Amino acid sequence: MTANVPETALTRKDFASDQEVRWCPGCGDYAILAAMQRTLPELGSTPANTVFVSGIGCSSRFPYYMNTYGFHTIHGRAPAIATGLKLANPDLDVWVVTGDGDGLSIGGNHLLHVLRRNVDLNILLFNNQIYGLTKGQYSPTSTLGKVTPSSPLGSVDQPLTPARFALGAGARFVARGYDTSKALPDVLVRAHAHKGASFIEILQNCPVFNDGAFAEITDRKTGPDHQLWVEHGRPLRFGADLDRGLRINPKNLSLEVVRIGDAGVTEDDILVHDETNRTLAFLLSSLPDVCALGVLYCDPVIAYDRAVTEQTAAAKARAGDGDIDKLLRAAHTWQVS
Amino acid sequence: MPSITPSSEGAPSAREDLDSVVIRFAGDSGDGMQLTGAQFTTASALMGNDLATFPDFPAEIRAPAGTTYGVSGFQIHFASYDILTPGDQPDVLVAMNPAALKVNIDTLRKGGLLVVNTGAFTKNNLAKAGYESNPLEDDSLAAFRVLALDINRMTLAAVKDFSLGAKDAGRCKNMWTLGLMFWIFGRDRASTIEWLKRKFKDRPELADANIAALNAGHIYGESAEMPSHIGAYQVPKADLPPGEYRNIDGNQATALGLVAGAKLAGIELLYGSYPITPASSLLHNLAKLRHCGVTTFQAEDEIAAVAAAIGASFGGKLGVTGTSGPGVALKSEAIGLAIAAELPLVVVDVQRGGPSTGLPTKTEQSDLFQAVWGRNGDSPLCVLAAATPGDCFRMAIEAVRIATKYMTPVILLTDGYIANGAEPWRIPSFASYEPFPVRFHTDPEGFHPFARDARTLARNWAIPGTPGVEHRIGGLEKNAASGHISYDPANHDQMTHLRSDKVLGIASDVPAAAVELGEDRGELLMVGWGSTYGSISQAVRLLRARGRKASHLHLRNIWPLPPGVRELVDRFDRVIVPELNNGQLVRLLRAELGCDAESLTKVAGQPFRIQELVDYAEARRKAA
Ligand code: SF4
Repeated sequence: MTANVPETALTRKDFASDQEVRWCPGCGDYAILAAMQRTLPELGSTPANTVFVSGIGCSSRFPYYMNTYGFHTIHGRAPAIATGLKLANPDLDVWVVTGDGDGLSIGGNHLLHVLRRNVDLNILLFNNQIYGLTKGQYSPTSTLGKVTPSSPLGSVDQPLTPARFALGAGARFVARGYDTSKALPDVLVRAHAHKGASFIEILQNCPVFNDGAFAEITDRKTGPDHQLWVEHGRPLRFGADLDRGLRINPKNLSLEVVRIGDAGVTEDDILVHDETNRTLAFLLSSLPDVCALGVLYCDPVIAYDRAVTEQTAAAKARAGDGDIDKLLRAAHTWQVS
Repeated sequence: MPSITPSSEGAPSAREDLDSVVIRFAGDSGDGMQLTGAQFTTASALMGNDLATFPDFPAEIRAPAGTTYGVSGFQIHFASYDILTPGDQPDVLVAMNPAALKVNIDTLRKGGLLVVNTGAFTKNNLAKAGYESNPLEDDSLAAFRVLALDINRMTLAAVKDFSLGAKDAGRCKNMWTLGLMFWIFGRDRASTIEWLKRKFKDRPELADANIAALNAGHIYGESAEMPSHIGAYQVPKADLPPGEYRNIDGNQATALGLVAGAKLAGIELLYGSYPITPASSLLHNLAKLRHCGVTTFQAEDEIAAVAAAIGASFGGKLGVTGTSGPGVALKSEAIGLAIAAELPLVVVDVQRGGPSTGLPTKTEQSDLFQAVWGRNGDSPLCVLAAATPGDCFRMAIEAVRIATKYMTPVILLTDGYIANGAEPWRIPSFASYEPFPVRFHTDPEGFHPFARDARTLARNWAIPGTPGVEHRIGGLEKNAASGHISYDPANHDQMTHLRSDKVLGIASDVPAAAVELGEDRGELLMVGWGSTYGSISQAVRLLRARGRKASHLHLRNIWPLPPGVRELVDRFDRVIVPELNNGQLVRLLRAELGCDAESLTKVAGQPFRIQELVDYAEARRKAA
């Protein structure tokens, strides 16, 4: 992955605001913030041209900690506000920070449409499978049976998979990472490079209300057996010794985990990742026992804001730069003397 | 009141002069009554009449043919003097089918002219309209001058040479009818013929057939086939101020005003909207103006529409959203965000009957409370109201001026009646408007986002992309001195008062309250706002003609109230506030001015009739 080196080399410090960070100690948000502040200088971003727009929730405090432009808006509406901002100034680098409650519950509609329209935004969805700021109620991604103050008998809500939601909504870029992952900056770089709506689900630990929700995946010991980092053109292999992989089962159109060497399985049987294949991305987005990470899907089409800008330019070229006096008279007129 | 009287002789040799006429065209939704009315309007405007129109269409898009709820109406009032309303009562009713007759006959003036299309008075249609017997065959219409014609048959005869299908041929009947009305009222057909040629330029046979039908209706009137009691009339030119005119409806004028306002502010505008009756045509009008610095965004819902507008304002464009009452309700939280973040925002509320879905196609003025107070927290903003279709232009510019100068949301109230109603509008010269250019803050020295202009109390507007003034804003309370998040109670108290003082301060920047008509003291002050302008103005005129010391005050600044309103109100013995709601402005005035204004309300989905206002004022005078 190559990142532009800006002329006046900025550092992570240039992107950190003077505000005291107020997440709970040990919250996964700290690691994500650090990854972001490290990545922006690499991207050649400038504080002046970068905007963070958020909704409401723990994750949505993010903009206050970035020394960029920021707008901490209202619950669930960040994608819509960011759309207006991007239409006002398509040259801005706009990041949307949301969570599983903000983005998939109260703001589900806006997330759906911002992805469908393909507005050139980088959308980070911090998925901690819980409502943190309101003190621990179950969220749309909470697991079945989750006991919380609002589900003392266990949640009976069927959870949704954010990446699947995004793919279903028509997103052209869908990736997944986790808070403390060393590879998270690489995912951010890819998302930034994609012109259009880039959706990144970041598995995020909430040590206060849902500690260890992703421990199996993120734990140093168990992690390698549960993380599958996908890379375009490379076989879908995982495990501490990369001895396991995914094979397509043509009988039920599903992916199955196989071990190379078992029952005649060879390296050639392992499926190669094609990030432009939406069907494969769907299959990868919810695998049994293993979590696919990295860029699951990337297949760009024209971004909404660019299409709007081009249309406007064409309209101006056709009809001239609106003269108001002419406009007021663009109707049947008559003289009274 | 002007009226049509039967002419005494047989076929008229000379036209009789009338001061003013009100015609109501009514038919099935598919009968083309809106187009017919619009063409009559254009022809009358070209004759130099003043006019006002009132389209009244059904809520259903394609209601079953022949039903009373599928009746579409278009009322036009044209006159030789300046009129302000589409008229209390039609002098002429054109009923294209039994349902149209059933729905409208009660409004027709006694002695008025009733034109009915007998071809549509079939057993089936009569039954659908709920008639047990044919009203044309009993004496239930004896109070009117009835011109019963088989327009269907005559239309088919007129277009038989154009080899149209039965459906296309039948559709020409509105043009036949229009031709007849053109003859009765001495209008020129040229503008309609031109329009038909344009409209059907790809299907010339349809253009020709419609023109033939129009001409046939006209010839029918010309040839002596007309009964003696019908007559022929002319309405002389009105004495309008000289200038270049066009017809304009409220939503057109609002769209143009927003564009003009943005131009005066020197910024582009983003209009976020979700389709809703009766505001949708505002979106349609603006969507055609992309070359004029307008971006339109049809959002996924009302909330996204306002949210995108707020995002655009944060980015340095003017964010505008338009909707009707239910949409404002959905946008309330976001409007509160714009108040807290102190960003410019214009919200156009084209009001309709409520509560809830209410009466989508009927007019009402019942969102005043919602506009002034309908948000969580102490959340002041500026509320303006346009009085007439043409006035929407000026008030939209004013909304942009205030929003950008004071960094505040402004709600502009119009309603279905002025949004869809049209009037001849003297086109202003754009150069006559004073520009109010926005100056974005770019100086990093001592910058914080909530530093204010000492006079207007408006905060800095620094926009993303500007180096050195990066900042974060949001819905959480901010420290008045630093712009950072603050939960300090004293600071919240200070910020609450700052927000309130900023909005109240707008009063010193708007015209003082002044009567539209009459003296600035007297017996009766009628105080109105919004689309009741025409009715109140005419009612006050009539009262003054009777020698009453009556005046008319029309408020365009609802919040804050304009300066001097208290003093003005105090100089009258009686204050009556007519409103198309259950008493909203009147309560605001009582609360703010401590006056005991009387309330006159109407919530029938229809504008006030002038006579209702006059009668009420006279009854109150007697009772005193
Ligand atoms: S509640 Fe959970 S998600 Fe929120 S700040 Fe604390 S640890 Fe982080």
